[in-house]
Amino acid sequence: MKVILLTILSTVLINNVVLSRFLGLCPFLGVSSKIRTALGMSGAVVFVMAISSLASAIIYNYLLVPFNLAYLKTIVFILVIAALVQLVELILKKYIPALYKSLGVYLPLITTNCAVLGVALTNVQDGLNVGMSVLTGVGTAVGFGVAIVLMAGIREKIEGNDVPRTFRGLPIVLLTAGLMAIAFMGFSALR
Amino acid sequence: MKLKKGSPLERLYNGVWQENPTFVLMLGMCATLAVTTSAINGFAMGLSTMAVLVFSNLLISLLRKIIPDGVRMPAYIVIVATLVTLVEFFMHAFATELFNALGIFIPLIVVNCIILGRAEAYASKNPVVSSVFDGLGMGLGFTCSLTLIGLVREFIGAGKLFGFQVLGDWYTPVSIFVLAPGAFFVLAVIAAIRNRIVRPEVRENATNEIACGGNCRYCSGTICSANHARLDAELERKAAEEKAAKEKAAREKAEQLKAAQAAAEKGGDAQ
Repeated sequence: MKVILLTILSTVLINNVVLSRFLGLCPFLGVSSKIRTALGMSGAVVFVMAISSLASAIIYNYLLVPFNLAYLKTIVFILVIAALVQLVELILKKYIPALYKSLGVYLPLITTNCAVLGVALTNVQDGLNVGMSVLTGVGTAVGFGVAIVLMAGIREKIEGNDVPRTFRGLPIVLLTAGLMAIAFMGFSALR
Repeated sequence: MKLKKGSPLERLYNGVWQENPTFVLMLGMCATLAVTTSAINGFAMGLSTMAVLVFSNLLISLLRKIIPDGVRMPAYIVIVATLVTLVEFFMHAFATELFNALGIFIPLIVVNCIILGRAEAYASKNPVVSSVFDGLGMGLGFTCSLTLIGLVREFIGAGKLFGFQVLGDWYTPVSIFVLAPGAFFVLAVIAAIRNRIVRPEVRENATNEIACGGNCRYCSGTICSANHARLDAELERKAAEEKAAKEKAAREKAEQLKAAQAAAEKGGDAQ
């Protein structure tokens, strides 16, 4: 129980995937202009990351390692993730149309979200078992969600402010991200 | 400067300056921010990305007539992932220190937008020589930007340049610049300078002719998000048009059927 709590705390806050490990920045900057879309994106990421860390951990531990093929992990993982995203999209479309309607647009974007591949690879590097891999995957995805939703909230407020012309658009977003990163550094004291 | 389109020099100029992947197209942000804690790390990351980019452009351009259109994305991903694995091995063997410093970001070259973007936008449509130089230009542009960001962060954050102490003891390093927040700040300032300097027509051009070649649905780069919305609107419009056309056809068919029935009934009456 303690391990589970610690893992969640560490992945969500202390080692936040976006703000301290720099993974998944493209959607963090690209899809964070509205809270609604940010929520949709984080929902999709949680979903895909949980399934993909499960699949990649199983494939790595029970297929690649026994056959001495561990060096193929990058190729195998990216294909697994790409195929999985397609599969999830098809299944959702057929069986849970309501969920598909709210997450559908974001699913194809996730294939190139480096956080998903990054988590699969770090799990393997750290030698985690299947259960811990899934837990880390979910925690990381929730951390991503927290960061992107907070960012979207701030950006909605920034809209109404008078930002200097040169800093409009991406620069102000990056500055905000920097300040958020400083704030999140405070969590490292929890270690 | 007017250069022949597709010539080696034009491709290099385009990659390094006109469509610089970091400063103009804003692609590959994760690697850009994560590994630029020092100039040498940025330089190494740039070089490894360039190696992958040149060879993936070469292979994809060579195979562009063989790969069927329907499975081209998976095919590209396999080619790129193979090349990345090779680069990983190479670095592990010959530059272990850098391999450890860059860590997870070497295998993550696979999902760098620049590589699949160039494959889709350029190498899959153009001859081999131009494609190789396109990869070289984009790779050089990426390397230059990463080295530049690394230099700034290293200088402010540690008082060093390429690992050599250049500022004396009087300087207290602002160590936040080599940590995560510093990366965001440096890039923010660079993006602001870009906003200031880059002529509007170039920016316009960059938004319209983006690196991922209109495949924004799969890219999610920052510039792409605007295009992404536009693309979705376009798709919706097309779907609506198709639906309208279908409905029209159905209505016409029903009318024809009615007319035929009426004619048949008339015929029946006459009999």
